[in-house]
Formats: sequence, C-alpha cells, structure tokens
Amino acid sequence: MISLYVQRQTWLHRMPAGAKLIGLAAVSVALYPVTTAWWLLPVLIAVAGAYASLGPGGLARLWIVKPLVPMFVLIVGLQWWTQSLNAALVLLQRMLIVIWLANLVTLTTRMEAMMEAVMPLLTPLKWFRVDPARVAFAVALLVRFVPVLMAVMLNLLEAWKARGGGRQVWRLAIPMMINAIRMSDHVSEALAARGGVHSR
Amino acid sequence: MKDKSLVQIALYAALIAALGLIPPVPFLTGIPITAQTLGVMLAGVMLGPWRGFLSMALFIFVVALGAPLLSGGRGGLGVFVGPTAGFAIGFPFAAFATGWVAERLKRLPVFAAALIGSIVGGILLLYVFGITGFKLVTGNDWLRSTQIMAVYIPGDLVKTVITAIVAQAVYKGMPSAVATR
Repeated sequence: MISLYVQRQTWLHRMPAGAKLIGLAAVSVALYPVTTAWWLLPVLIAVAGAYASLGPGGLARLWIVKPLVPMFVLIVGLQWWTQSLNAALVLLQRMLIVIWLANLVTLTTRMEAMMEAVMPLLTPLKWFRVDPARVAFAVALLVRFVPVLMAVMLNLLEAWKARGGGRQVWRLAIPMMINAIRMSDHVSEALAARGGVHSR
Repeated sequence: MKDKSLVQIALYAALIAALGLIPPVPFLTGIPITAQTLGVMLAGVMLGPWRGFLSMALFIFVVALGAPLLSGGRGGLGVFVGPTAGFAIGFPFAAFATGWVAERLKRLPVFAAALIGSIVGGILLLYVFGITGFKLVTGNDWLRSTQIMAVYIPGDLVKTVITAIVAQAVYKGMPSAVATR
C-alpha cells in the first residue's frame, strides 16, 4: 500500500511511535508562548537537521510544504502589515516547525506502528458499543481498496482522454460512484459468505 | 453495526481517495478546488448522516496514520497542524450535516435536496471548522480569518451544484444507492 513512510533505519525510526507522538504534541504546545523570532530559528534548524539525518534525499522532503507556499505568503504578508515583521516571522517559523515535525513522525513511523500507538485512544469507543477490532477491519479494508478504486479511476480518466477529454472531468465522479457502490455490494456478499467480520 | 454498513463505510472512504486523482482546478491560493471535497458532500447524501460521518472519520483517521490519500498525494500528521487543518477535521461533520439536511428534504427532488444539504454541510458547517482552524493556527482574529477563507466560497458554491448533479445522476442510474431517499 502507498504510504508516506520512508523505509530506512535511523534513530527516528527506532523511536517508539507513542513517544514520537507525545514529543510532537509537547513541542507544538511549547512553541506557543515564544514571541521572539530569533528564538525559533535554532529550533527550525534543528528540525532541518533531523530531516538531513534521514540520509540521502532527506532534506528534499522539506518540500512537503510546497502546496502551502502561496498561503504562507498571504498569511505572512498580512501579519507583517497588521502587526510587525517579528510577529510574521514567529508565525511562519512556528507553522513550518510544527508541520515539518508532524510530517517527520509520519515519514519515520510505519502505519501499523501508528495504528498500534493510537489503539488505546480507541477504547472509549467501547462505551458506544463499537468494537475496536471492527475499526481495525475497516482500516484494513480501506487500505486494500484504495489501489483498486484508484485503478478504476485511472481507467476512467484514460477513457475520458481518449474520447477527447474536456473540462468537465468531474463528470467521472458519476461512474466512479456507481462502480464503488457495486463493488461494496460484492464485497459485503463475499464477506457474509465467509461468516462476516470476526469480533473478539 | 451491520457488516454491510462497515464495508460501505470503508469503500466509500476509499472512493474519496480515488476521487483525489481527478486533476484539480487551480485556484488563487493554497486550497485547491478538487473533486475530493465533492466526495465529502456526496458521502452525506449517498450514505446518510451517520454512515457518511463514519466513512469520513475513517478516511481522516487513515490520512493521519500516514496514508497520502488527500488530493495531490498529501497526508500524514502534517495535514492536521497546517493552516487548513480545520477543513480536514471538519469533513466528517460536514458529511453528517449534508446527509441530515438532505434526509429532511426527502419531498424535494434529489437535485434540490442534495444542493441545499451540501450548502449547509459542505459550506456553512465546513467553513466554521475551516475558519476556526485557520484562526487557531495563524492567530488572526475571527473577522480577518473569515475574510481570507471567504475567497474560496465561490468555488465551493460551484461544487455544491456539481454535487447535486452527480447525486441526481447516480440516483437515476441506481436509486438504491442514495440512502437519504
């Protein structure tokens, strides 16, 4: 399954997922009281250093924020204009640090490990009579069917282009939806034939 | 919950990921206009409020676990701390509201029910989440956050119309697929 996880062995990979999540939360909270732009710079450099420690291509991963650049420009410009350059730089650095750190956790933690780390958080679901095992089943089913439905989508896109394409490409949502509904009926029939989802 | 609903929820969430492959229409600033938010409103109309909510919650949960399922291959925890985090977190609630309203409007034609539902869920409620998230992340006040986010509303209004067209077409092709009827 496609995942953002980077298969390597670094010190960050060896850290337990729960510790990384708690660390991330702690850093995000700790950054809020900081109001001097200079104080954040070392933190930012340390985060970049952590990316570099992922090995070749590590620093290039910082480009994850590329789609957000236009929005950053807008936000920073506004902040500079209405408050001060210092306030704008604090905000920009804080956003970058938190986004990069959060992404770093994602890059260095396998999805299964992440799932295991958050499982205790799902226990309250039992009060609503939801079995966490069924949640795990739903996650597995989703992960399995993403590539299947993506393949269907790509087929439809190819056919669309072959027919001459055009701007109303969103129309493909209609056959896509009907495909997914049919598939879901087949899967639930197959599941029923095998005795249903096993609860503990 | 029945197994059949569980499968529907999971497959619908997978469908949202696949819809992310439809090339986005470029828009002025950060938030791209994609077919994916279309899917959020459709989740409410197609699955009804509760299953719509659960399927979007599952989708967002798996994105947080590290799957790049958002349009443009975005995903992971970074999504939930950026300036547009509120929108992602609001997805399940938007789907719920869309479905709830569409269900109340059973007497109207599918197109109208889906359109009104999408405006309430996919714009009004989703923007409450989006603007709150933007305010918390950037520290702007309510007024300015609302002004900035309002830039995207025209694009989203177009999307509600498309949602209604899609819902109507699916209803014609497969009436049993629309749970809010």
